[in-house]
Amino acid sequence: MDTIKIVLAGQPNVGKSMLINAMSGSNGLKVGNFSGVTVEKTELCFEHHCHLFEMVDLPGTYSIRGFSQEEKVAHNYLLNEEYDVIINVLDSTHLKRNLLLTLELLKLNKKMVLALNMADEAKKEGIEIDVKQIAKIIGVPVVLVSANTKEGVEELLEKVHEVADSHERIKSNILYGDTMEEEVLEIETFLIQKGFSLRDLSNREIALRLLFEDKDLYKELHDEPIMMELQPLVFKALQHLYTHHDTKNVQEIKANEYHAIARGIHLETVRCQRNKGKKSLTKRIDEVLINKYLGIPIFLFLMWGLFQLTFTLGAIPMDWIDGAIGAFGDWVGSNISNDFIRNVIVDGIIAGVGAVLLFLPNIIILYIGIALLETTGYMSRVAFLLDGFFHKFGLHGKSFIPLVTGFGCSVPAYMAARTLKSEKDRLITLFIIGFMSCGARLPIYVLFTGAFFGAEQAGNILFIIYISGAMLGLVMAKILRVVVFKGEDEPFVMEMPKYRFPSFTLIWHTVYNNAKSYVKKAGTFILAASVLVWVLATYPNQPLLEQEYQTKIEQSSKEDVKVLENELKMKKLEQSYLGQIGKASEPFFAPLGFDWKMTVALETGLAAKEVVVSTLGVLYSIGDEVDENSNALARELKKNISFASAMAFIVFVMIYLPCLAASMVFAKEAGGYKYLVYLFVFTTVTAWVFSFITYRILV
Amino acid sequence: MKLSELHKGDRAMIKKIESSEDLKVRLASFGVVRGSELSVEACSMGKQTMEIMVDDTLIGLRAEEAKEIEVEKL
Ligand SMILES: Nc1nc2c(ncn2[C@@H]2O[C@H](COP(=O)(O)OP(=O)(O)OP(=O)(O)O)[C@@H](O)[C@H]2O)c(=O)[nH]1
Ligand SMILES: [Mg+2]
Repeated sequence: MDTIKIVLAGQPNVGKSMLINAMSGSNGLKVGNFSGVTVEKTELCFEHHCHLFEMVDLPGTYSIRGFSQEEKVAHNYLLNEEYDVIINVLDSTHLKRNLLLTLELLKLNKKMVLALNMADEAKKEGIEIDVKQIAKIIGVPVVLVSANTKEGVEELLEKVHEVADSHERIKSNILYGDTMEEEVLEIETFLIQKGFSLRDLSNREIALRLLFEDKDLYKELHDEPIMMELQPLVFKALQHLYTHHDTKNVQEIKANEYHAIARGIHLETVRCQRNKGKKSLTKRIDEVLINKYLGIPIFLFLMWGLFQLTFTLGAIPMDWIDGAIGAFGDWVGSNISNDFIRNVIVDGIIAGVGAVLLFLPNIIILYIGIALLETTGYMSRVAFLLDGFFHKFGLHGKSFIPLVTGFGCSVPAYMAARTLKSEKDRLITLFIIGFMSCGARLPIYVLFTGAFFGAEQAGNILFIIYISGAMLGLVMAKILRVVVFKGEDEPFVMEMPKYRFPSFTLIWHTVYNNAKSYVKKAGTFILAASVLVWVLATYPNQPLLEQEYQTKIEQSSKEDVKVLENELKMKKLEQSYLGQIGKASEPFFAPLGFDWKMTVALETGLAAKEVVVSTLGVLYSIGDEVDENSNALARELKKNISFASAMAFIVFVMIYLPCLAASMVFAKEAGGYKYLVYLFVFTTVTAWVFSFITYRILV
Repeated sequence: MKLSELHKGDRAMIKKIESSEDLKVRLASFGVVRGSELSVEACSMGKQTMEIMVDDTLIGLRAEEAKEIEVEKL
């Protein structure tokens, strides 16, 4: 089967990723309504008409001269990699601006198809586009598509086939301003007279590149004798251009010329029927959402509402799950006769995995909230609202995007920080992403707030936990800014996308994928960890201790038996491997009021935050009688842990090192393991200090 | 006058942009170039950031950046 390698290039937020999803009929790529959703090149394959289509999704780039790190990814790929066809995706409702990039892409001299996306929106806004005329001017096939309604997608696929098979070169009819054309003609004529040729470049192309000071071309021409005669010609031409454009900056001249061309094409091919007087929906929504006074209160209210819902709405299915897991545990327990196997399954797997699964509803609600934020266009608005505030703390408004992503999971958050152009802004953001409690920490909070506060209070406490984590992050950012990452501020300019009503499928897929990976993790990683924790908590065997108690039990009265049995269990647990580990590190945590079980739970949490809950589940179910469900866990916690210790525990969890997977990504994004060491020290010290303060205040 | 001196609802034409090279390129790709028309859509508290519209594109920018853009009020 033949393979066609297709790369999608275009400005940010024009729907490249969604178009690939539509073309391939899958939902594999992440889509969101703000610039910088895709930050790394992503590949996806599918079959079409007996060809294998290898699609490469690139981060959006405003111009080919990359600005931030993720734009460089696009730039490097387009310039240096092998591929067959470029699909240049444009937003039909912002054609003029999008054409600027198209003009730059044309210079790459590759096979290209233009996809004018968002046809449905253009229609709604009364925009009519003369597709044939654009194709004629630019010299490549143009297709009007909508990734949303899927119209034109089939035609686009056909066009890609055609273009991939053809061997014609692009012949565009793009005209520059009069002055520019005159100068180009002069140099072109000279080149023809000399009979000069270079690679497969046309003489017109060479002339253009000379005038736009293309460094590579100059390098190539450096040793050519023709350079001698060319130089004065180019010099004279440039003088003319300088006077005409009123600047000596060639980049600016180029930008002016490109703008003139884009304006020209737009004028010639686009008709807009909309009555100008009417305010667009986006503007009307903005009146409220980024209102000078209401903007920030509305944002805080929405966040508060989300956490309130997370707790209250989440509690309903939680009870069912809790009951189901409990019943399942009992059923398994009564059907397995072998002591060892029963204990591994009931006390290890069901207690551990069950404790984690219990929080699935909370996680789902949180992810729905984040998905709404990402797909409606509100995200960029909040960045806009908070920039002034963030700026005071030495952060960039755009940091808001990775930080919010961090409420879901730190791994994509670290990667999302690539949209920050300044290296210092990016590093500061990386260091404080961990302060935004990720979804996996949510179960710990829900468990503890549920256990130590009433149901009415828990939602508010949850909100306070998240907000104070974020505030602490800001303060830390300021400290880092002043002490470590001093330097210039980065300008804040960002596009505010239109508000879009997210489709149900879009939200569904985002949430479903996240929920699936949570369950999958519970069934694999957490399961293995629970078994490991169980084993470590059960062995080594302690025959001496058992014998000692056996004799005691035989000699004592009926009531004492139960007490003695429990005492034996506790002693055995304390002397197990896990108990020994916990005891060894207990002194470090003792000033914070943690017992060895909490200590162990925190340590296992370094692998993954969900494990904290599963470990507590296993430890307390081994130590205790029957009933493996987790409401019982909450009750056990309340019985065994003081209020002050519990709060100190929450604070520690809020701040300390993210999970192993996230730490690895952090090291990679920050640029080395030494940063991970810094992060470890930074977070552990902060966590310890704050948790100590909390404990001392409350105790 | 400077873009930063405008208020919500004002319309203006861009006369000159005095930003750094990188920023100029970025602004240009948003359509913010000499000669384009803009309107101020919103300002955040204390005018730390403002939202402007150029060619149907909404752009958020900081007051510091707005100071570097010379405009003529329409
Ligand atoms: N109405 C409509 N919306 C679309 C269409 N295509 C994309 N969108 C929306 O446009 C937004 C951006 O889509 P993405 O696919 O994430 O854009 P992208 O070009 O990959 O963006 P970056 O990865 O940030 O460069 C999302 O909110 C989509 O729902 C379309 O054809 N019609
Ligand atoms: Mg994308």
